[in-house]
Amino acid sequence: MIKQILFAVALAVTLVVFAWTISRLAALFKLTKPAFPVTDFGKRIALTLKVAFGQTKILRRPVVGMMHALVWWGFLVILVGSIEMVIDGLAGTERVLGFLGIVYDVIFGSGDIFALIIGVLIMAFLFRRIFMHIKRFNGVEMKHHSHVDANIALSLIFFLMVTLLGMNTFYILDAKMAGHELVGIYPVSQVFAGWFGGISPQSAHLLHEINWWGHILGIFFFANYLPYSKHFHVFMSVPNVFLSNLAPIGKMKTMESITKEVKLMMDPEAAFAEPAEGEEEAVERFGVLDIEDITWKNYLDSLACTQCGRCTSVCPANLTGKLLSPRKVVMNVRERMGEKGPQMVKNGKEWSDGKALLGDYITAEELWACTTCNACAQECPININQPAIILDLRRYIVMEQSAAPGELNQIFSNIENNGAPWQFSQEDRMQWADELYMNQPVN
Amino acid sequence: MEMTKVKVEVPVMADLFAKGEKPDYLLWIGSAGAFDDRYKKVTQAFVKVLTHLGVNYAVLGTEESSSGDVARRAGNEMLFQMQALMNIELLQGYEVKKVITCDPHVYNTFKNEYPDLGADFEVIHHSQFLKEKMEGGVLRLSSDVFKEKRITYHDPCYLGRANGEYNAPRRIIESIQADFVEMKRNKSFALCCGAGGGQMFKEAEKGNKEVFIERTEDALETGANIVATACPYCMVMITDGLKYKNKNEEIKNYDLAELVAMSLNL
Repeated sequence: MIKQILFAVALAVTLVVFAWTISRLAALFKLTKPAFPVTDFGKRIALTLKVAFGQTKILRRPVVGMMHALVWWGFLVILVGSIEMVIDGLAGTERVLGFLGIVYDVIFGSGDIFALIIGVLIMAFLFRRIFMHIKRFNGVEMKHHSHVDANIALSLIFFLMVTLLGMNTFYILDAKMAGHELVGIYPVSQVFAGWFGGISPQSAHLLHEINWWGHILGIFFFANYLPYSKHFHVFMSVPNVFLSNLAPIGKMKTMESITKEVKLMMDPEAAFAEPAEGEEEAVERFGVLDIEDITWKNYLDSLACTQCGRCTSVCPANLTGKLLSPRKVVMNVRERMGEKGPQMVKNGKEWSDGKALLGDYITAEELWACTTCNACAQECPININQPAIILDLRRYIVMEQSAAPGELNQIFSNIENNGAPWQFSQEDRMQWADELYMNQPVN
Repeated sequence: MEMTKVKVEVPVMADLFAKGEKPDYLLWIGSAGAFDDRYKKVTQAFVKVLTHLGVNYAVLGTEESSSGDVARRAGNEMLFQMQALMNIELLQGYEVKKVITCDPHVYNTFKNEYPDLGADFEVIHHSQFLKEKMEGGVLRLSSDVFKEKRITYHDPCYLGRANGEYNAPRRIIESIQADFVEMKRNKSFALCCGAGGGQMFKEAEKGNKEVFIERTEDALETGANIVATACPYCMVMITDGLKYKNKNEEIKNYDLAELVAMSLNL
């Protein structure tokens, strides 16, 4: 009974802290702008199954991709065990899902194998991060704390796998020594149990309890560590894929506020017409200056990003030594929201610290290096749209600051004046067809 | 076969419309196709192919204007929408139902972005058009022109990644029976030529290399004699890259339309 009470308290604390975190995030999401309507649920489910559960995009790099996929699929299987632990903890039962019989054996047996696989892979990931100098894990945006964060997240997962295998191992010994029937099959832990055959029944029982508590408290802690880590990815990736922009990757968002203005310009009569009742709204800002201008999807993208750097590693600008790093842009969005958002929630939307996402976090030089090739968006395993943020920042530079590079201002005026980015007269558009001859067979 | 030179008459929309005729296709030339000296040759090659096939098409001629794609990607949404609304009005006036273009940027903005502003026409990239004609048996390419040649193909971002068209260009190159070889980064993994998003018209930001040189090196690695492209920006960039590497004598950069025209001896 004491165990149940302790467990219920631990669970309640976990849930309260988690709920508090979520409510804070919800308040930040309220600061964002609309992105696109979320429709086509069938398509979204199919996409989520393919990209999130099927791992199709991370498998674009087959070896490391498969390593990640195994960790993810293993996580899904092991999740069932975690749910069982919560029920056991609250109800004072042991292995309560055991009634599932063969299904239980399959799930928990494969979970046991996956725990070993994940443990080994996590060691490999830590090795890659600490000892191999992988370019993708470095860059201006990858500060010391980013690396520490990554290593903490990996170490926590490793701890969870060790305690899971420990729990299974000593469960086997405990059950055997107490003469209980063993629920489930544990191919890996069975082997470990053989190594610990000589311990006393008391030790087996105690070690099972220690690992059980270690594992579940580890999960509770992890769940509340994640929202403050780049590894929030664990929670946010699947929703981020589900909420992907379903439009083709090359389509830029149409700014409806601009459409209204352009139509007014093209139809002079409408310009002088009285605005309809209630139509006079506050002047909208064109493009993104700061965090209050981004869409909920931009922010979700930034929360889901686990800083893997695949985007930056394929960016033509970054590959050729320019400042632009798509990963940095996404990280900057989260960082800036974390800094300014809570102040806006507390002190009102007008609150300002005299800084802005554009300029103080992301510079014009970075933004102008983008070729809009969409290699970053293509590569992102969880469908983050980096160009969407980059281009909305550009829109602010051009339409609000009128601070485009000189050459671009020149093409704008050429297009306005003669309908082409080059300074040629529209009248000369057919010159290529003058004196054009081709071969034809003589009949 | 004995050949003779004939003048190519390019039908203009306004003339046809005045006569009460409506062509099947509008050919959108694009600003590069009209003004860039190198890309004008691509326009000419494609028009020859259309003439050879007897396609019922027309161009807008001096009525054509910028699609606004580059303005939009350079951040000038206002200018983009002005161009788009103007173009849509013009095309609607001519009751255009199908547009062909050699420019993936035009293709992308017409296909994916203009509909938001009221456009309602089908858009076909010239590579798709040519592939369709080949598959329909209408376009038969003679084979010996490229017999000894090795060709590689550079995927334009706005045809490939943006619109998933990787197959049509490759089908065309296969059918001219050259030795086709992929670059190490191809299809959705292809590296940009460096000219999109307005870069074409400005100096690159400070870095340690030009993107077009990085991409040209991919092409050179294949040992190809011909680098095929399907986009005006890519053509400028790859041509510059070959010049920079002093390879422009031995390695040629051709658009798919040119390859087809050459294969047909037009």
